[in-house]
Amino acid sequence: MHIVVCTKYTPDSEAKMSVDEAGNVSWGDSPLIINPWDEYAVEEALLLRDEYGGKVTVISMGPEEALEALKHAVAMGADEAIRVWDDACAGSDTLATSYVLARTIDAIGEVDLVLCGKSAIDAETWQTGVALATRLNVPSLMYTINIAELDPDEGTITVERLLEQGRQVVEASLPAVVGTIKGINEPRYTSFIGIRKAAGMDYPLWTLEDIGADPDRVGESGSGVRWPTVFEPPVREGEAEIIEAETVEEEAQILAEKLLAEKVI
Amino acid sequence: MTNDIFVWVEQFEYEAVGASWEAIGAARGLADEQGGDVIACLFGGDGVEALAQEALSYGADRVLLATDATLDSFRVEPYAALMAQAVEAYEPETVLVAATFRGRELGPALAVRLETGCIADCTELAFEDGELVATRPIYAGKLMSKCVIPERRPRIFTTRVRAFGKPEPEAEREGEVVQLDPAMAEDQIKTKVTGFKESEGGVSLADASIIVSGGRGVAGPEGYQPLEELVDVLKGALGASRAAVDAGWIPYEHQVGQTGKTVSPDLYIACGISGAIQHLAGMRTSKVIVAINKDPEAPIFKVADYGVVEDLFKIVPALKEALAERID
Repeated sequence: MHIVVCTKYTPDSEAKMSVDEAGNVSWGDSPLIINPWDEYAVEEALLLRDEYGGKVTVISMGPEEALEALKHAVAMGADEAIRVWDDACAGSDTLATSYVLARTIDAIGEVDLVLCGKSAIDAETWQTGVALATRLNVPSLMYTINIAELDPDEGTITVERLLEQGRQVVEASLPAVVGTIKGINEPRYTSFIGIRKAAGMDYPLWTLEDIGADPDRVGESGSGVRWPTVFEPPVREGEAEIIEAETVEEEAQILAEKLLAEKVI
Repeated sequence: MTNDIFVWVEQFEYEAVGASWEAIGAARGLADEQGGDVIACLFGGDGVEALAQEALSYGADRVLLATDATLDSFRVEPYAALMAQAVEAYEPETVLVAATFRGRELGPALAVRLETGCIADCTELAFEDGELVATRPIYAGKLMSKCVIPERRPRIFTTRVRAFGKPEPEAEREGEVVQLDPAMAEDQIKTKVTGFKESEGGVSLADASIIVSGGRGVAGPEGYQPLEELVDVLKGALGASRAAVDAGWIPYEHQVGQTGKTVSPDLYIACGISGAIQHLAGMRTSKVIVAINKDPEAPIFKVADYGVVEDLFKIVPALKEALAERID
């Protein structure tokens, strides 16, 4: 089975984000990491490969920094990694990004399953996975918390998707795009040997020409959405009113009165 | 191209999802400002037609209704295909979809089919110099972004749950209900819904107006017991920090924060949660925040409106008693 995992690099989730006067976003000295949601996708791909055989190819559209995501996936155990980039890709929204990823997967050829994280922790659109499935005209299985059945020979998959009201059980044909969420597995830590392997690995760069992509359909010209302004949200005003009294019961009574006065109960 | 606005009305087992009415309210506001009709799109199995009048009462001018077995449970392929067909027939300039789990699949799938833009999880929509500008949180609310779709149409927006007020329904509002045929036959659809396992506990975090959340301070799975009792009194939902979920004390469904759910209730009571930046990112837009923590230096107090420096196992039961006395 050939499994492709789509990944992205993001600033660390601990990063303190800021915007300067020119509108440039900064994450200070926080490291760039693989998008945390993607680790679940990589882990699931490795588990499936170990069970059914085959290989795991990890891809990422992005500038050099995208190597951070690819290296992490290889250190976890992915077999191959491809970075796709052209300066024309800058400013891509999910419409354009899904086009580039779909062209890349078409160029890879025989792919049985595509995995991706449910979303990326930077822009948090949650859109790329389902957009990619729509472009490839294959089933979209987002929010997957469990792959209940997989039959590569029959070309079928059954997953449980976690929605607001519970778990929806869905059967689909392969190939499909599966979006993983936390709870599907426990992503492994990278080992010293894995990190060594990732450091020595070759990371081919595919251009738009390599994937047969139309330059007008990537970057700003291929996108619907523009985001001209980024700003820091207003800080929550004031300080907490600390409730203190002789006894816990009195504190509870005071707090209850305050909450009723706020009309939130 | 008309200046009409499409709104998807999401339903689950023949009941509309409240966030859809919030989206209709947002669309009503925009249509009243710039003209055009609000057109509700309601798809489902036989029986959902009862929701058409409800859509009109919440502010829709017309309803496009499709009832078919292929549309019974939400599947993104047949829903997006039908919505795309309706867009091509009616040419709305704008499409709003509530940013629920299903809505966040439908919006981008529709955008790809129509080769247009979809702005996700908007907390504000407003005209600025004739351009419809969306405001949305990024980096889990650590930053905000203003986005536009300058050229392509329709422009699609998913609206964050609870970010737009739910309009007051007016039962006497009337409007046309137009029947649509599905765009895909069953044998063209590559997915089948074969079951649904409903979550226990009822209220989902995303649309709860009151959330009681527990972190490391609850010290184990049994530590959630007093919190659950408070949740019952308040008819709210139970939340958790990542630390508690990672420790295996409570399932992931309850996690609030950057790698969990982003919530915006009227009242958020954080019990034994220190307030890591990722957690704050997931709940900072709550209207009133109460922090309960033994450590007066816990960062959670910096975003809270009210704080109690106390052992949660003492104050939470006392608060439950105090509130139970006051709530019928």
